[in-house]
Amino acid sequence: MSTNQQRSFFFNVDWLMVFLYLALCAIGLLNIHSAVFDDKHPGFLDLSTDYGKQLIYIIIGITVGIVILLLESRFFSALSPFFYCITVLMLMLVLVVGRNVGGNQAWISLGGGFRLQPSEFAKLTTCLLLARYLSGTNIKVTDTRSFLVAGAIIGFPMLLIMLQPDAGSTLVFSSLIFVLYREGLSPYFLILEGLFIALFVLTLKLNNTMLLSGILVGIAALIILVTRRNRKLMKVIAIGAGICIAFVFSVNFLYTKVLKPHQKVRIDIVLGITSDPKGKGYNVNQSKIAIGSGKMWGRGYMKGTQTKYSFVPEQGTDFIFCTVGEEWGFAGSVVVLGLYLFMVLRIIRMAERQRSPFSRIYAYGVASVIFFHVIINIGMTIGIVPSIGIPLPLISYGGSSLLSFTVMLFILIKLDSNRMGII
Amino acid sequence: MNKFFGRRYIISGIFIVLILTLLGRLFYLQIIDDRYLLYAQGNVLRRVYVNPARGPILDRNGKILVQNQAFYDIMVTPSQVKPFDTTEFCKLLDIDTAEFNKRFAKAVKYSRNQQSVFDKQLTPEDFAAIQERLSEFPGFNFSPRYLRTYPDSTAAQFLGFIGEVHDNDIKKSGGYYHPGDFIGVTGVERSYEKVLRGKRGVQNLMYDSHNRAKGVYAGGAYDTAAVAGERLTSSLDIRIQKLGEELMKNKVGSIVAIEPSTGEILCYVSSPTYDPNLMVGHDRGNNAAELYKDPYKPFFSRPIQAAYPPGSSFKPIDALIAEQEGLITPQTTYFCPGYYVSGNRHIKCYHSEAHGTVDLAKAVAESCNGYFFMVFEKLVNRYGWKNTDSTFNIWRNNVSKFGLGGRLDLDMPSEARGNLPKASYYDKIYHKGGWRSSTVISLGIGQGELLATPLQLANIECTIANHGFYYRPHLIKGIGDKNIIKDEYTQKNYVGIDSQYFEPVIDGMQAVVENGTAAASKIPGIVMCGKTGTADNSHGEAHSVFVAFAPRDNPKIAVAVIVENSGQGASWAAPIASFIVEKYLRDSISTRPSGITPQYFMDANRLPDLSTYQQKLKSKPVPKDTLNKMGIDTSDRKRQGRDTLPKKDKKQSKPHLAAVLPKKEEDEH
Repeated sequence: MSTNQQRSFFFNVDWLMVFLYLALCAIGLLNIHSAVFDDKHPGFLDLSTDYGKQLIYIIIGITVGIVILLLESRFFSALSPFFYCITVLMLMLVLVVGRNVGGNQAWISLGGGFRLQPSEFAKLTTCLLLARYLSGTNIKVTDTRSFLVAGAIIGFPMLLIMLQPDAGSTLVFSSLIFVLYREGLSPYFLILEGLFIALFVLTLKLNNTMLLSGILVGIAALIILVTRRNRKLMKVIAIGAGICIAFVFSVNFLYTKVLKPHQKVRIDIVLGITSDPKGKGYNVNQSKIAIGSGKMWGRGYMKGTQTKYSFVPEQGTDFIFCTVGEEWGFAGSVVVLGLYLFMVLRIIRMAERQRSPFSRIYAYGVASVIFFHVIINIGMTIGIVPSIGIPLPLISYGGSSLLSFTVMLFILIKLDSNRMGII
Repeated sequence: MNKFFGRRYIISGIFIVLILTLLGRLFYLQIIDDRYLLYAQGNVLRRVYVNPARGPILDRNGKILVQNQAFYDIMVTPSQVKPFDTTEFCKLLDIDTAEFNKRFAKAVKYSRNQQSVFDKQLTPEDFAAIQERLSEFPGFNFSPRYLRTYPDSTAAQFLGFIGEVHDNDIKKSGGYYHPGDFIGVTGVERSYEKVLRGKRGVQNLMYDSHNRAKGVYAGGAYDTAAVAGERLTSSLDIRIQKLGEELMKNKVGSIVAIEPSTGEILCYVSSPTYDPNLMVGHDRGNNAAELYKDPYKPFFSRPIQAAYPPGSSFKPIDALIAEQEGLITPQTTYFCPGYYVSGNRHIKCYHSEAHGTVDLAKAVAESCNGYFFMVFEKLVNRYGWKNTDSTFNIWRNNVSKFGLGGRLDLDMPSEARGNLPKASYYDKIYHKGGWRSSTVISLGIGQGELLATPLQLANIECTIANHGFYYRPHLIKGIGDKNIIKDEYTQKNYVGIDSQYFEPVIDGMQAVVENGTAAASKIPGIVMCGKTGTADNSHGEAHSVFVAFAPRDNPKIAVAVIVENSGQGASWAAPIASFIVEKYLRDSISTRPSGITPQYFMDANRLPDLSTYQQKLKSKPVPKDTLNKMGIDTSDRKRQGRDTLPKKDKKQSKPHLAAVLPKKEEDEH
């Protein structure tokens, strides 16, 4: 009940999380420094360089973090619809006045070379609103109505971001299925999602919808034959098989009719359908070379040739992990991935110790979004995920992304510091 | 805590599994798979080879025969070229606009950002005029390149030349050479390639993805410095080399001089020769084409590649072998009526001159054919005429010890063997047992199938001068600053003749110059021992041959001179040899009692008639039992006899066959 338990601003702050946050920010800053090093402006305090800017963002981020710790916990829950609306408005605005960079109309120019990427903040506000909605009384994900509302909360910003079009950020929202699962969504949805991913890959790899459908029907028939007595299961299996076949055909349709050629090529390269190391596959190939050349201990700080001599594209932003892999080797990769894993598991631990469902649901949202970013970003640099541009949380260069993740984490820390209270 | 609390473990589990999947993949990429480091280095590293200076070559007194000189390549970097006055630039380089466009397009095709050669190998003089103005044309600059230069323009066939490597050379070298590298093609440049080329340096430079230079890789830790090629000191004496080339001007032939006490080749003249500087620089291509077209073949290295019948210069060898075998003594005499009867052949002496009673020394001095036919028959018939085969091979074996019929293996490529026929060769022509000493008697006076290179002839003189041994002839007496000499050049090769048998022969050879056939070439104050030869051959006039060594006591130089198609040895080869010998021993040429002067020989034109010469080139110098054909050696009276000569051979012999077979054999070499 009492929100006045806190005796100081830093009461009950999870310092381990703060440490993880600072460690990842520092790793990011060092690697950006190495990746885009400019020998005319060697210092970190030079605003004309990316590392100079990133340092400013980190300082701003920490300041914002402290401010968040000063706010009331209730504030975030109460104002979440407001934040959500603002970001949705901004996502609409960006479609009209946004700056087009690299094919995506995702930025609102703020002047002075700084610009805002609303989609980064949409992840945060969606988490907040989703937590607020699902923590309401009488709301159960298992109810169809609640499920649809939750889906709409997630789906609306997704739709707007898809229009930019920014496939990477769109897909990030799908990670919120973990939140729904934790709150009671049937595990079938999780299994179905896994199954759909498998079918998606198979459809494109086999490139033969009839054969795949045949196999699916065969498997379904086999299961029905074995479990003849269970009529209910038979029905489920038959419907499931039908859905799967429909999915296969729709993927095939999407792939051949809807996707743009460059998107198709990206998917093809990851699936190994085509290899094109000089052309469309150049980025991924160079990225793999950079990471692979690091061996065990890496080539040393500022000594990576792949990243420094611009063989790797976007070496400060989406492909920042190349610098980690090249200069710090497998040891560095283990440290960075270890920190992330530690962070998401810590967030789950924090989530489960909340009395307030809002805090718990929000924490799962944060864990899912960070985890998804890490998997997709690093998976992309080592060529097991299609190259869709999403940043590596806290490490990639970029103010919007850094601030958005900072705010996300510090709200969590704030909520957690008040974990015994009910919001 | 709600009822779905347990799901935290499933979610955590999914997180852990997926992160471990990434780590597994990273482990494979970074630890297991070794290709990526190589790819990364391949991306960024460019190995730049630094070619070392090629070793210079000196003469025996330290005078430079060949060294390196900077030439200049005009380079272009297309991306840096700004609009400029093309016609002006073309005028500067002395090319037309079409040529300019062609070369520029080629450079663009090679690379926009990397420089490539626009104009090759300009001489310092030509370049001086261009250099001043080159800065007006951005994108163009120059790069020095070190090329061979020959200050005295001499000894072209000895030095040889270098040229860009062919694909074959690259393959054979196991990757040492790269396209555009230079390699010795002929002469010493080729035989000492590995010593002269030095050790190539490697620089590892880094380039970014836009092909911009980014400096030295790893601070030069993996670079190696270029090591200059070794200096070679040749045994050649540039003074007599140049004199020899002057004397042989407008003649076809060769001079080889060797120091008997070491085997060092002092003089290596191949005529006609060419200026080695023509094979360097901007106009090399045209010059080379021109020289290849020359019917007298200036690239032909006659001292070791041309084979001539030795003629009378061979006679001392027969005498020496017969002495050693105990078949004759210096006192053995022969009455020469002006001809010699062998079997049913009736062969006359030179100019049918009757020498009367001759002993060994006199026979040598007066070059009495009859005496040496007798000696030859004694050698080949000593176990009776039924054993011609085996005794012939004994003779052949003894002759081959003098270095005839095989390579002397000097330090030059493409040495010819000459020809010293085996018994089996005659068996093939006349079938076994179908030939006698009389059939091959012309071998006794150095004619017939016998062929020797000028080097082999000079080497025989070394052997005689040394009383029975020679050192392997060689052209390089010292490698590097330490003047290292190969072991094989310091060993004596004995020819199997005891030293006391040489004196009578040398007496005769001294008499040749004192008052014999070569008396006109006598050098006042120097005792020269020599032997003239008039090498009959199937194409035109006989070759003028002279071999000699001097002085008689403690010989310093042995020499062989051949002037093709110039008749008697005494009239051309002997005087030329005498000038070489005197120049070497005294560094000056005295007035001769006979009145001959070097100038006369330098001015004389003895080039063979082109039509016969070209015909000869087509059919190559072919050994023949020329005695039959040459009017000078067989009497008019016996000309009929010659026609009936192969009476008993008629069934088997096909006279022209002898001309064909050795040629075939030569082709196989």
